[in-house]
Amino acid sequence: MSESIDKPVDVQQIKTLLEANNGARIKTWLSICSRCGLCAESCFFYLANDRDPRLSPAYKFKNTLGLMYRKKGNVDREFLKKCYDIIWGECTTCKRCSMYCPFGIDIATLIATARSICFSQGIVPEGLARTSANYRETGNQMGMSTEDFLETCQWMAEETAEEIRGLTIPIDKPGAKYMYTVNAREPMFYPQDLAMAAQIFTVAEEDWTIPSSGWDCTNLAMFAGDKALAGHVVKLMYDKALQLGVEKILITECGHAYRSAAFEGPYFAGCTGGKPPVEIVHSVRLFYEYLRDGRIKIDPDKILTEPVTYQDPCNVSRNGGLWEEGRKIIQFLAEDFRDMSPNREHNHCCGGGGGYIPMGPEFKKRRMLSGRVKAEQIRNTGAKIVITPCHNCFDQVNDLNKEYDLNVRVLSFKEIITEIMIVPEKFQPVDEEEAGDDE
Amino acid sequence: MCRIFYLYGLSRERDKVFYNHMNWSWAWRSIGHWIIPWGSVSMRKQPIFTFAFFLFHVCLFAVPIFLSAHNLLLEEWVGWSLWTLPDRVADALTIALMVTVLFLFLRRLVRPEVRILTTAWDYVLLTMTLLPFLTGFLAYHQWGPYRLMLVLHILCGEILLWVIPFSKLSHVLLWFFSRSFIGFEMGERRGARSW
Repeated sequence: MSESIDKPVDVQQIKTLLEANNGARIKTWLSICSRCGLCAESCFFYLANDRDPRLSPAYKFKNTLGLMYRKKGNVDREFLKKCYDIIWGECTTCKRCSMYCPFGIDIATLIATARSICFSQGIVPEGLARTSANYRETGNQMGMSTEDFLETCQWMAEETAEEIRGLTIPIDKPGAKYMYTVNAREPMFYPQDLAMAAQIFTVAEEDWTIPSSGWDCTNLAMFAGDKALAGHVVKLMYDKALQLGVEKILITECGHAYRSAAFEGPYFAGCTGGKPPVEIVHSVRLFYEYLRDGRIKIDPDKILTEPVTYQDPCNVSRNGGLWEEGRKIIQFLAEDFRDMSPNREHNHCCGGGGGYIPMGPEFKKRRMLSGRVKAEQIRNTGAKIVITPCHNCFDQVNDLNKEYDLNVRVLSFKEIITEIMIVPEKFQPVDEEEAGDDE
Repeated sequence: MCRIFYLYGLSRERDKVFYNHMNWSWAWRSIGHWIIPWGSVSMRKQPIFTFAFFLFHVCLFAVPIFLSAHNLLLEEWVGWSLWTLPDRVADALTIALMVTVLFLFLRRLVRPEVRILTTAWDYVLLTMTLLPFLTGFLAYHQWGPYRLMLVLHILCGEILLWVIPFSKLSHVLLWFFSRSFIGFEMGERRGARSW
């Protein structure tokens, strides 16, 4: 938990926030919940922790936001600290429970509202607070400078041009079809992700660009309950897209970035109609179209033969509607696909979503415990490769792999596609003599 | 009704999200999948509870609306009446309702994830739902003092109707709104299903 632990609670501010959120939706939800308990079975925290009834979604929202309303905002710091434990430590806002509630109560929204109230009193996980400072300063969660980012792009372009002839990473190209935005950890820790994306776009002959600002599509401020900052972050991206006049914003293989850019962001940024100013496309959708339309072809000799499973990121499948696209991509890439049970929009959260991974060591033990459901799902498929188009799922499944000895490899679509796609003649690197002939 | 209008006004002001993504098709699908028994994954995972709670709701509506005695009164007052259930069937449905109430009562006591959420008010409401049926049943069979039973029956029924707008029982109408909302919130906005 971040500082200001002993500061008195600003009850007036809490009251104002509660009142501002007290619309027909929340009023209805809080008043009609019939306490039937059907949501319990939907929650992996509940399932992984021996069905502890205190982990049922209804219990969690009743004892946080529900109580805040009942007490009319007259709460103390002690109470908010208890909420802190529930709303960040026991919920990833994966929205699975809303599919299991007969009334369709959107519990994730209730939890997110409770988060914003705790945030207003300086109660927020330290891991998330750190990224907030970075967002504020540099517009990206890792605090990377524009210079470093552009250098990384250039470095990757140079390095990869040796493998794919004519490969470039266009920066700030006006009027491009896709403005490709990434998760800040890609340029920071996995620059090859940028290189792989560039390879795919080059081979698909895509008209794309990377923006020099607003390039980080993640939005952890959304999970920290800092709506103003979340709006600022997403606006950086929208504004850049409008300035460049691009057709669409493309989101890297990241789950919550899609949720932020396409669905929640417009509200944080105050866009009219609740829709983003520029169409948002997720990589899963675009990669599927490339394969479907033959813009990317897979080498039949290199198709994966090992058993493969697919981890549906909550914000790509359940909250993004792209569960079939993910599976159709795999049909092109692998012979032996074994789906998890449950799957598609009913798949469980990996346990790393909702800001959980960046919340860091303070929450790691719990993350491993509640990840048991996912670990068992993976083990039961017998798969050796887990594909997931989300950075948080990627980290979480890797951690689970170690914790539960799953003996799997975790891969993104990019990694597999660049490994096994056919690189047409014209993009093949040229030998020195041939190059001489060409010129 | 007043409550609905109040919520409508409030939603106009504070819940733009409701109108931004409104879509009838998603709303109907969301309602449809949840109004048909076992129409959603959630219900299929809890088959026995689903059976009990559908039976409960069917009896709850069918008996008072289609009871021949009630329709006789209606005929007297307004000069027309609805199709009626044979008394024997109505009797059976009343018993079924009382059994399902007992089931729901026990479920609240037995299942830890339900017990922890349950408040005394839940038991009171369940009892209040049961009483008009119990007293009506006793009055019909003329078990116990008939006149007293009849008065109690009318009283309990009135109280129950009065309580609806001020309690979770308001879901009798609000359910359609909350179901519609999540239907197009998930569907029109995100392209995903909510059942």
